[in-house]
Amino acid sequence: MLIVSCPNCGITAEETEFHAHGEAHITRHAADSSDDQMETYLFMRKNPKGVHFERWRHQNGCGKWFHMARCTMTLEVFGTYSAQTYAPPEELLAQIDAKRPGWRTPS
Amino acid sequence: MSTRLATGGRLVNKSRAVKFRFNGKHMDGFEGDTLASALLANDQMLVGRSFKYHRPRGIVAAGPEEPNGLVNLGEDGTFEPNARVTTTELFDGLTAQSQNHWPSLEFDVGAINKYLSRFLPAGFYYKMFIHPRPLWKHVYEPIIRHSAGLGRAPKSRDVDTYEHFYSFCDVLVVGGGVAGLEAARTAALSGARVMLMEQTAHWGGRTPVDGGDIDGKPAQDWIDATVAELSVMENVTLRTRTMAAGVYDHGYVLGYEQLTDHAPEMAGPRHRLWRVRAGHIITATGAIERPLSFAGNDIPGVMLAAAVRDYAVNFGVSVGDRTVVVTNNDDAYLTAFALKHAGLDVPAILDARVLPQDSAVMTQAKALGIRVLMGHAVSSVQGVKRVTGVSVCSQAGEGAVLEEINCDAVAMSGGWSPVVHLWSHCGGKLKWDTANACFSPDPDRGPLGADGAQFVTTAGAATGMFQLDDALNDAFAAADGTLRCLGLKLPKGAKASKAEHRDEAPMAPVWLMPQGAAVKLREKAWLDYQNDVKVSDVRLAAQEGFVSVEHAKRYTTLGMATDQGKLSNINGLATLAGALGEEIPAVGTTTFRPPYHPISMASIGGEARDAAFQPIRRTPMYDWHNANGAEWEPVGQWRRPYAYKRGDENTHDAVMREVTNTREKLGLLDASTLGKLIVKGPDAGAFLDLMYTNMMSTLKPGKCRYGLMCNDNGFLIDDGVVARIDEDTWLCHTTTGGAERIHAHMEEWLQTEWWDMKVYVANVTEQYAQIAVVGPNARKALEKLGGMDVSKETLGFMDWADGVIGGFNVRVYRISFSGELSYEIAVDASHGQAFWDALMAVGADLGVMPYGTECLHILRAEKGFIMIGDESDGTVIPQDLNLHWALSKKKEDYLGKRAHLRSHMADPNRWKLVGLETTDGSTLPDGAYAVAEGKNENGQRNMIGRVTSTYHSPTLGKGIAMGLVHNGPDRMGEVLEFPGTDGKTYSARIVDPVFYDKEGEKQNV
Repeated sequence: MLIVSCPNCGITAEETEFHAHGEAHITRHAADSSDDQMETYLFMRKNPKGVHFERWRHQNGCGKWFHMARCTMTLEVFGTYSAQTYAPPEELLAQIDAKRPGWRTPS
Repeated sequence: MSTRLATGGRLVNKSRAVKFRFNGKHMDGFEGDTLASALLANDQMLVGRSFKYHRPRGIVAAGPEEPNGLVNLGEDGTFEPNARVTTTELFDGLTAQSQNHWPSLEFDVGAINKYLSRFLPAGFYYKMFIHPRPLWKHVYEPIIRHSAGLGRAPKSRDVDTYEHFYSFCDVLVVGGGVAGLEAARTAALSGARVMLMEQTAHWGGRTPVDGGDIDGKPAQDWIDATVAELSVMENVTLRTRTMAAGVYDHGYVLGYEQLTDHAPEMAGPRHRLWRVRAGHIITATGAIERPLSFAGNDIPGVMLAAAVRDYAVNFGVSVGDRTVVVTNNDDAYLTAFALKHAGLDVPAILDARVLPQDSAVMTQAKALGIRVLMGHAVSSVQGVKRVTGVSVCSQAGEGAVLEEINCDAVAMSGGWSPVVHLWSHCGGKLKWDTANACFSPDPDRGPLGADGAQFVTTAGAATGMFQLDDALNDAFAAADGTLRCLGLKLPKGAKASKAEHRDEAPMAPVWLMPQGAAVKLREKAWLDYQNDVKVSDVRLAAQEGFVSVEHAKRYTTLGMATDQGKLSNINGLATLAGALGEEIPAVGTTTFRPPYHPISMASIGGEARDAAFQPIRRTPMYDWHNANGAEWEPVGQWRRPYAYKRGDENTHDAVMREVTNTREKLGLLDASTLGKLIVKGPDAGAFLDLMYTNMMSTLKPGKCRYGLMCNDNGFLIDDGVVARIDEDTWLCHTTTGGAERIHAHMEEWLQTEWWDMKVYVANVTEQYAQIAVVGPNARKALEKLGGMDVSKETLGFMDWADGVIGGFNVRVYRISFSGELSYEIAVDASHGQAFWDALMAVGADLGVMPYGTECLHILRAEKGFIMIGDESDGTVIPQDLNLHWALSKKKEDYLGKRAHLRSHMADPNRWKLVGLETTDGSTLPDGAYAVAEGKNENGQRNMIGRVTSTYHSPTLGKGIAMGLVHNGPDRMGEVLEFPGTDGKTYSARIVDPVFYDKEGEKQNV
């Protein structure tokens, strides 16, 4: 069971207080989008062995959403950050670069 | 014979006799005995039958690795199957029954399987029972089910209580042997919060049995002193009878404490589940001795050498008068010495090794007058239900018998394997230790925590340090390293406890005895005692292509018994590697998963049973309903009245009465459970236009509108009436089960997609009691109570207004889910009961009756109104339900709009909503499928529709239903066939789903 820190209320707690909601930074496609775009938006998800950006909610706590960068293999948590963003913060990416060189181009 | 010795027994209190029963037979033991030691003291070596061949099985081990000694323990409310005799502490009045035999332990019919063993090889079930297919269901499956499983399932309710404890510490040390004590002592010196768990009732592990001095005093004295030192430290928590069952992500550990199993008369919970978060975990879990693979190694009386020693030293029990020791290492000699010192006979030590010169222990053995046969092995063991002798051969040969030795016990040792389970649970990797022929933890590839750093360290024998001095040094280093990880420091001058190094000759790996054993011997050489897997089975699996260790395990069932292969795995891997001509590390291990040793299901449940199982939500009128005949229906966590029974009326009649009364007079429904969400803010209208398929921003204050919600996949997820309260406030009703879900859904979109929108959502469901006043007399009742104008002219259909009725501040919605004249009236939750009472009183002359959820369902079904969860199931879109009118064409975007254009959603072949009317007036079975001619690729009838709601309508005097049917709306009048699960086929005609008051005049008066 993971330990998760909520960036909204600052609480660090058991995973049972939170809920994971899959991959983060998915672009919503709606009116005027192509079938391929809709397929990608609704169904296509990454399944990396390694660094993964995820959506989480502090469900049994403050109720707020946030993002988490996590290693799917070792379960290391690189950091949590605001849900109100389109991309992970540069600072966090730099930290992950340092810990997992080459992660951006999975083999 | 196994018997109680006059001397010895460091753990038993011979002044306290304990009586117990085994298979109905009265037996005697002592306080401090395990059930295993007490059974052996009563010469009860035979304790069970093996799973497949029903071979006689005796006790093999003295700890949790025991594969054979499983019993049904206790009776009735304290009954428990598969209790291990070696970990069950004896208490006065204990009752146990052996398992897996019929009709009795001594005479077992299933044992005939052993004569068939040639025909029951590995994979037998897979090969035999696949053809012909029809035989599976009626012949094979019932027989296999009858013979499957160990023990019996409990029949009575568990009378005991259980609890969970949450705990936090810096360092959790698992294992209270000398390594665990040393690690805990060292870690505690730094001031860190330390918890130490020991699975048995005793500290010190096996060092007091094996001997040795620590810091210049006997091990037991050092143990006592260390425990005394730890027990007075504020920062240390010590628990015996507490097993760490599993290590989970980020330092989470489950500890299983058996509080009263050893003394059932004690008050309080029986088991406690510790849910521990540890900064760092040190596993000092020791090692488990391996059996040797030789013919007849499963005959009762063949035991692990260390277990034989444990029974003699710890419990003063001799497992036999004459014990042959067979070994590939020095350690087993300690057993020979212990037996000799107890005055028992050791006719020979068969040592498979050929050493250039006698090791120290060999010299010692010879000095005690024991024959030591170097390079020798067991060819086969004689005996059926008990060992009678061994045939001796050369280890190097094929088993030619050199000599027969009479004996009644065999003590075997194939070396020791570190208990790596906890290390491995969270991904710790292993390396092959050639010197000790075992897998040990690879310190460079440990389990990683939240910060990416290793969070488990091993200590002592669990690391592969089998000598006392090495184990102590390793434990000290483990604690030191752990403290560094945590940023803590040892006080200056802290030193490891010291012990002497023993002069030891190296062990030699022996995976089969004798080395060249022919098929006849291999077929009798057991690897897994409980599941009956032999050396020959693993070789066969390899030959048949099961080269992966995970496949070979499942094919042969090696290590899949309740002991999870604690004894069998390494021998099995080595056998597989041998058969494949590979090195053992190349074959690898199977995966270690929690729990280390079975824990009770009840401990996992803890206090969560009965009323505490889950919270129950009650409306303000709950007690009134309860006192007035309510039959309860769970709806999510809410309890709603299903119907109110009067006198000796049955449920069906009550429902029929409520429907008729509401249609003809006046009904009251407690609608408080309906979700109520306030959506407020400058962008609330725009936001709701995205949430709902229809337009909510154009709704005028004072008006209501029915709305549909889809997810962005296009599927219908909820519906309800939305009321606009003022310029920037809307109140959205959700389904009863939907309030929290839809609130979360709105928040998700607000926080993660449209976070620039200025909107606030509040769930006010429980702030209001809501009562539906329904029926032709509804207005009269409200007018009698007096107050605000509820006339058609002032408060028309789909209007709402705030006001006062009968002195209560109310919000009245003129909405109808029944098709009748209907007012849904919200009052503050605290006034709910009083307002309900007022309505019941004023309605007395108007024929008022409360109605429940089943009546609600029938009323809405008669009107063709859909119900989320009946007509929708997560795969249904509004178009399927002919709700096109609720899909806005003006809005550029709303959740699900674009998805509805996808080919599968726009497919004209989707099943669509229709009404269904049986041709004979009966009621269709719920969920029944409509069938057409022909069969699909699975040989089932082709299906063209299904029933989504079905009821008997008292209003129409016949069965009515709704269903989704292929091209349904185009097939009006057609009769479809619905085979029921009762063997009957029902015929129903496709009709308009609105059965009652098609023009909607009754609700609009």
